[in-house]
Amino acid sequence: MTYLVNQVQTVPTGLRKVLYVNWALVLLLTAVASVGFLMLTSVAGGDTGRWAEPQMKRFVVGMISMLMIAMVPIWFWRSMSGIAYLGALGLLVLVEVMGEIGMGAQRWIDLGPLRLQPSELMKITLVMVLAAYYDWLPLAKVSRPLWVIPPLLLTLVPTALVLKQPDLGTAILLIAGGGIVMFCAGVSWWYFIAVIAAGVGLVYAVFTSRGTDWQLIKDYQFRRIDTFLDPSTDPLGAGYHITQSKIALGSGGWAGKGFMQGTQSRLNFLPEKHTDFIFTTLAEEFGFVGGVSLLALYGLIIFFCVVSAVQNKDRFGSLLTLGIAATLFLFFAVNMSMVMGLAPVVGVPLPLVSYGGSAMLVLLAAFGLVQSAHVHRARNR
Amino acid sequence: MRRSPKETEVAAGLVTRRGVVLGGIQLGFMGVLGLRMRQMQVTEADSYRLLAEENRINVRLIPPSRGIIYDRHGIAIAENAQNYRVVIVREDVEDVDEAIAKVRRLVNIDDRELERALREMSRRSPFVPITLADQLAWEDVAELAINAPALPGITPDVGLSRIYPLGPDFAHIVGYVGPVSERDLAQLQNPDPLLQIPEFQIGKIGVETKLEDQLRGKAGTKRIEVNAGGRVMRELSRDEFTAGQDLQLTIDHGLQNYAQVRLANESAGAVVIDIESGDLLAMASAPSFDPNLFVRGISTKDYNALRDHEYRPLFNKAVQGLYPPGSTFKMMTGLAALRAGVIGPRETVYCPGFMSFGGRRFHCWKRGGHGHMDFNNALMQSCDVYFYEAANRVGVDRLADLCHEFGLGERHDLPLSAIQEGIVPSTKWKAQVRGERWNPGETLNTAIGQGDVLASPLQLAVMTARIASGRAVVPRLIKSIDGVDTPVAEAPPLAVDPGILAMAQKGMWNVSNGSRGTARRSRIVADGIEMAGKTGTSQVRNITAAERARGVTRNDQLPWNRRDHGLFVAFAPFDKPKYAIATIVEHGGGGSSAAAPPARDILLYALYGDIPPLEAYPSEQRERIKAMHEEMALRPRLKPEAKPSRA
Repeated sequence: MTYLVNQVQTVPTGLRKVLYVNWALVLLLTAVASVGFLMLTSVAGGDTGRWAEPQMKRFVVGMISMLMIAMVPIWFWRSMSGIAYLGALGLLVLVEVMGEIGMGAQRWIDLGPLRLQPSELMKITLVMVLAAYYDWLPLAKVSRPLWVIPPLLLTLVPTALVLKQPDLGTAILLIAGGGIVMFCAGVSWWYFIAVIAAGVGLVYAVFTSRGTDWQLIKDYQFRRIDTFLDPSTDPLGAGYHITQSKIALGSGGWAGKGFMQGTQSRLNFLPEKHTDFIFTTLAEEFGFVGGVSLLALYGLIIFFCVVSAVQNKDRFGSLLTLGIAATLFLFFAVNMSMVMGLAPVVGVPLPLVSYGGSAMLVLLAAFGLVQSAHVHRARNR
Repeated sequence: MRRSPKETEVAAGLVTRRGVVLGGIQLGFMGVLGLRMRQMQVTEADSYRLLAEENRINVRLIPPSRGIIYDRHGIAIAENAQNYRVVIVREDVEDVDEAIAKVRRLVNIDDRELERALREMSRRSPFVPITLADQLAWEDVAELAINAPALPGITPDVGLSRIYPLGPDFAHIVGYVGPVSERDLAQLQNPDPLLQIPEFQIGKIGVETKLEDQLRGKAGTKRIEVNAGGRVMRELSRDEFTAGQDLQLTIDHGLQNYAQVRLANESAGAVVIDIESGDLLAMASAPSFDPNLFVRGISTKDYNALRDHEYRPLFNKAVQGLYPPGSTFKMMTGLAALRAGVIGPRETVYCPGFMSFGGRRFHCWKRGGHGHMDFNNALMQSCDVYFYEAANRVGVDRLADLCHEFGLGERHDLPLSAIQEGIVPSTKWKAQVRGERWNPGETLNTAIGQGDVLASPLQLAVMTARIASGRAVVPRLIKSIDGVDTPVAEAPPLAVDPGILAMAQKGMWNVSNGSRGTARRSRIVADGIEMAGKTGTSQVRNITAAERARGVTRNDQLPWNRRDHGLFVAFAPFDKPKYAIATIVEHGGGGSSAAAPPARDILLYALYGDIPPLEAYPSEQRERIKAMHEEMALRPRLKPEAKPSRA
């Protein structure tokens, strides 16, 4: 058994757990979500009922689930990791099959009030299962090639399924998320260098596959990459979104145009303004100050997670915390890069801000795990 | 797996190191994002701001209201009327076909119009209003408005459209406006952006096109905010347009109407000019057409009917029509000879009914001859032989010089379409145009206004005004622009001895009033406004010697288009000349029978400023004139609603 079991008497129990919840994190998550409510109100032209209110309800539900998950001991969640992973994988296969039967690509399962995207679930369960794997694996074996293969498979199987949907954004997040957990677990630097080299090779392969029978990604994905590389080639077509998004962002200036005064978003020049491009509206209406403030909030969340992970002697807990923090980071980093024209448009929402049910619930549930690890860590008295 | 505390410590230390490295990388990337934001939002903010403005702001033109055209008394001839129309916004309509069917139950939309609307609808964005039908009656609009709840996406709308309330009366003078054509645009170097506005109207012929620059005005602009789809969200600012300048013509609407109606059954033209000022009081060309048809866009059928009509209604006979002036030219011949001194004022020429010249006989219209003729008598009886002789003595070049002084062969510069210069033949002219030498026999033909001489009614009216006044009267059509009077051109005295001129005037008086005058029947009997005139009959065919031997075929036995043109020029009052008139009735037969009566009637109207009293007519004609006036569909004279001023 692990160190944790030996030290179990130092873990808070009963109602005392509530005191040990990372309340700073709760506050930061609420702050970020509030920015979301504000922006959803703005893009709806001041109508809170359209997007902001449903989002608030989900946030409340998500917060309650987070705290409930936090109260459950972390070792229970560790023991659930494998089942959760397999469950998410099963759902991923299920939507794939449903997609085959139904019309076109389907990414979600309808659960009445909620549309669950198995790929969202997979991002978290992958982190869980890898954290559990490295918790189980003796330290000496971590960098052994044989023991690197299982986590690779655990990552690549769902990635392949997601890529087939096709959802390039989530696929990238899964690979990055898995890689980050492996990195934190102490897998040798050489593997990462090799993977990056392989990644470059894959990109090369993708580009050479263009126009051939074995084309690896869809035409629209190619076009997105093209327009990312040079948006001006197609200013009214696919490059339109990037161009308009950059105009909105840049025209916001230092302090922005003011709440609900963003011409770009109000006059529909922005695409997907309540989902993937919501950051643009924020940057347009609240300027550099607003954009950097949100970035700082995210940064503080990451910071508190890293601190929590560093203080945690439990390998599963700390790896899980770092992995989930990294997932959050990947979300907003990719999203912001996308709207600023630093990355192609891949369809990744801004975490806790973009309108969307399952993403927010899954993310808050994941932070429930982070809280659980935080609450149930061994403390030196 | 069980771990030793040491291994656990090592593992935790590894996670800590890697976690800090990862956190550092993440922080670094966030720094990159922050810097990127700074670059876009602080460093390059201005250029992005500009792009955002360009995105949302459109500048649209506001078409100006076109200047109004008034007659000399301030009666509107061309104005802008509220044009009621019905527009459809496709995106607000559930089923376009059904909606149109509903509208058609209420108002009449012809198929051609509908086809155009549907074509436009398929081309434009769904939120752009498309005109379904225009020029609707107020009742139709009211009907639509009542049914508005049942017709979403269909709205009655109002715009400005040109309207000519006096209909055909001014069709040839004012002309008409129409939509800008590709050809119009191609002809312009720097087209006004206004012309690109759909349904914008510009002058097509007549004053409307010649004074387009004054009438059009300047476009206003409005800055509007549009969304990504191009839909107008709101108006940000507005610069009002400058309305076009109003024009006032010298024409009298009542006289113009009288002249048009008087000549309505003929193919004819008449020009009335004020001898003192040169103001053109009437320029009739019959038959006419309704210019309003052209504003809406005339149907091919209607257009072809106008184009193919034997009487050429589209043709402005007053300035565009050129006719051999016939005997109305004899004043010119006589004055030229008298001025040159080649014939004495009382000198007589013997007329045996013909003149032999160059082995040819030039006949007088009176086969038996007139006997001894002096200038006065020759003019009164229109003796051809006298003028053959006079012309022969003076020569064609000196005759031509005089003609130019009297305005023949001159292009009077009026803002009208297709003004013709006419022809005054001379040796130089023939050498230049035909490359031939002058044949002296031609001088004789010229003498009686035949041969190559061609003049328009406008020129003949100016000629008559100059004979009557002895001054080089310049015709004027535009009385004022934008409330500022256009100057009356100076009329310097002509280089003709007043005594000689008086003889020509007296001769013309005799034509109308003398016992043997050719136009005696069409005289004015009212005191102090006696008329002096000259008839003219110009052949449109050659009379062969054989035909002449048989006896010339009478006009009424000939097909219409081979009959002679009848001409008449006159001025009145004789003592104090005020108005001059030239009238041509195409293929009307003789000048005395066809042209003189309407010319007299029109001149009388001008003198009285309204339908003349019967006392002005010879007593035996009064019954007939009364009946004629009752039959004529005259428009009562209109009163100006307000002083013509800038609207």
